[in-house]
Amino acid sequence: MRKVNQKAWFLVLPVLFLVAFNALIPMMTVVNYSVQETFGNNLFLWHGLGWFQDIMRSERFHAALGRQALFTFLILIIEVPLGIIIALSMPRQGFWVPVCLVLMALPMLIPWNVVGAMWNIFTLPDIGLAGYFLNHTLGIDYDMTQDPIAAWITIIVMDVWHWTSLVVLLCYAGLVSIPDPYYQAAKIDGASPWAVFRYIQLPKMKQVLTIAILLRFMDSFNVYTEPFVLTGGGPGNSTTLLSIDLVKISLGQFDLGPAGAMSLIYFAITLLVSWLFYTLMTRNDRN
Amino acid sequence: MRKRSLIPIVYILFLLLPIYWLVAMSFKTTQEILGGFSLFPQVWTLDSYRTIFTDPTWYWGYINSIIYVSLNSVISITVALPAAYAFSRYRLLGDKQLFFWLLTNRMAPAAVFALPFLQLYSAVGLFDTHLAVALAHCLFNIPLAVWILEGFMRGVPKELDETAFVDGYSFPRFFTTIFIPNIKAGVGVAAFFCFMFSWVEMLLAKTLTAVEAKPIAATMTKTASSAGYELGLLAAAGTLTIIPGAIVIWFVRNYIAKGFALGRV
Repeated sequence: MRKVNQKAWFLVLPVLFLVAFNALIPMMTVVNYSVQETFGNNLFLWHGLGWFQDIMRSERFHAALGRQALFTFLILIIEVPLGIIIALSMPRQGFWVPVCLVLMALPMLIPWNVVGAMWNIFTLPDIGLAGYFLNHTLGIDYDMTQDPIAAWITIIVMDVWHWTSLVVLLCYAGLVSIPDPYYQAAKIDGASPWAVFRYIQLPKMKQVLTIAILLRFMDSFNVYTEPFVLTGGGPGNSTTLLSIDLVKISLGQFDLGPAGAMSLIYFAITLLVSWLFYTLMTRNDRN
Repeated sequence: MRKRSLIPIVYILFLLLPIYWLVAMSFKTTQEILGGFSLFPQVWTLDSYRTIFTDPTWYWGYINSIIYVSLNSVISITVALPAAYAFSRYRLLGDKQLFFWLLTNRMAPAAVFALPFLQLYSAVGLFDTHLAVALAHCLFNIPLAVWILEGFMRGVPKELDETAFVDGYSFPRFFTTIFIPNIKAGVGVAAFFCFMFSWVEMLLAKTLTAVEAKPIAATMTKTASSAGYELGLLAAAGTLTIIPGAIVIWFVRNYIAKGFALGRV
């Protein structure tokens, strides 16, 4: 058991101070914006919950939220199974393990705007590797800047490229922590590979999978830089995710009120889903 | 076994293809890039790299980025160490709630905070300094550092603390000379993740700086939009941003997987 010691608060104070400075003050600023109307010149008028009502009824918000949700959904159903499969088929020891890990972690260490620029260069129809291959070798008509479907496929593939490794690394960490006798016992019992996965590997990976899904949810639901650099939200509005729309409204049009209200709703949705998922996953542990 | 190792190989090839293309582009001449498709550079040129290493607006972008990233890692680890110790050893009033609250700061989209951050750091007179970016990145790096360090610290038996206190060590002396050396690996992993997330984040870094502390991302965006589309230069700049991460990851290769797995959820 850990000791109860209220003095330990002093050890936490620096963290509290720094995080609160960075989180609470900006958050209060956002709350401030969200209930006021501004006409520039630092002139603010009380606007109550007006912006929230506007946002909730706004077609534009619903569409952007829908796109964001679709993006996150697709990312999760592709990256999580793919990550598990790759982690399962990785070598457990030997020379190739660090090589695999380093190469797989590489995409995560590239600045996000560079990732966007890189995929832009990669998919240019006539001079990009993927673009040229699709258009001229396979004969598929592919132009991300014209075709919404192509744009969507591109941002999904880019995210899979960028972040699947996170799921792989986490699952791999869970897998290598399984002691050998588990596998030996399974072998003696004549368990099928599926049974080994279902009753040994999956339960052992549960904790890290929870972290992986949570992180992937939070990050893909808040994704901004990569799709923005790659498609700029286009063609038309087809890839304008909620975050991209939000930046357009706040930094582009400087509509602080609606942007503030939208930020709060956005944050609340992220928080709610994360909390629900977290509670569901950890509740089963206790039973 | 043979068939199974095909999956990681195919996956790694898929990861390397866009990177290869970026690197290949950076060695091509502009005429070659715009002239048509070629799998390898026909004429190798270092012009793009020469531009970057001789033009101060370019290479200062890298120096600025490295300064605020290092600053952020140092700040994050320094304040996260005692906090993680408190979480791993003691029960505090509301510690669970506090921990979840810390984590929620990772959930706030940077896009939400961009404008308020700009105002906050302008108000305290830190706008356009390395410190501003370093402090702003603490928002998501401190929770992560606490999370990782706490996991490592729980692996250290409590008897270590008790023996040291019986031997008459003061808390600060015990903490710095005995405890921290014991979780060196954890500190390394946490520093790596701080470095990584600060290095890749560009929205806040760009918003909080103008001239003096301008990160490499801002310079790249300017190139992409203004001078036509200098793809070779852009590719070279992109290639150079991969190198610091690649170096750092090589040093912690044996710990990266462990770092996340040890944290609690």
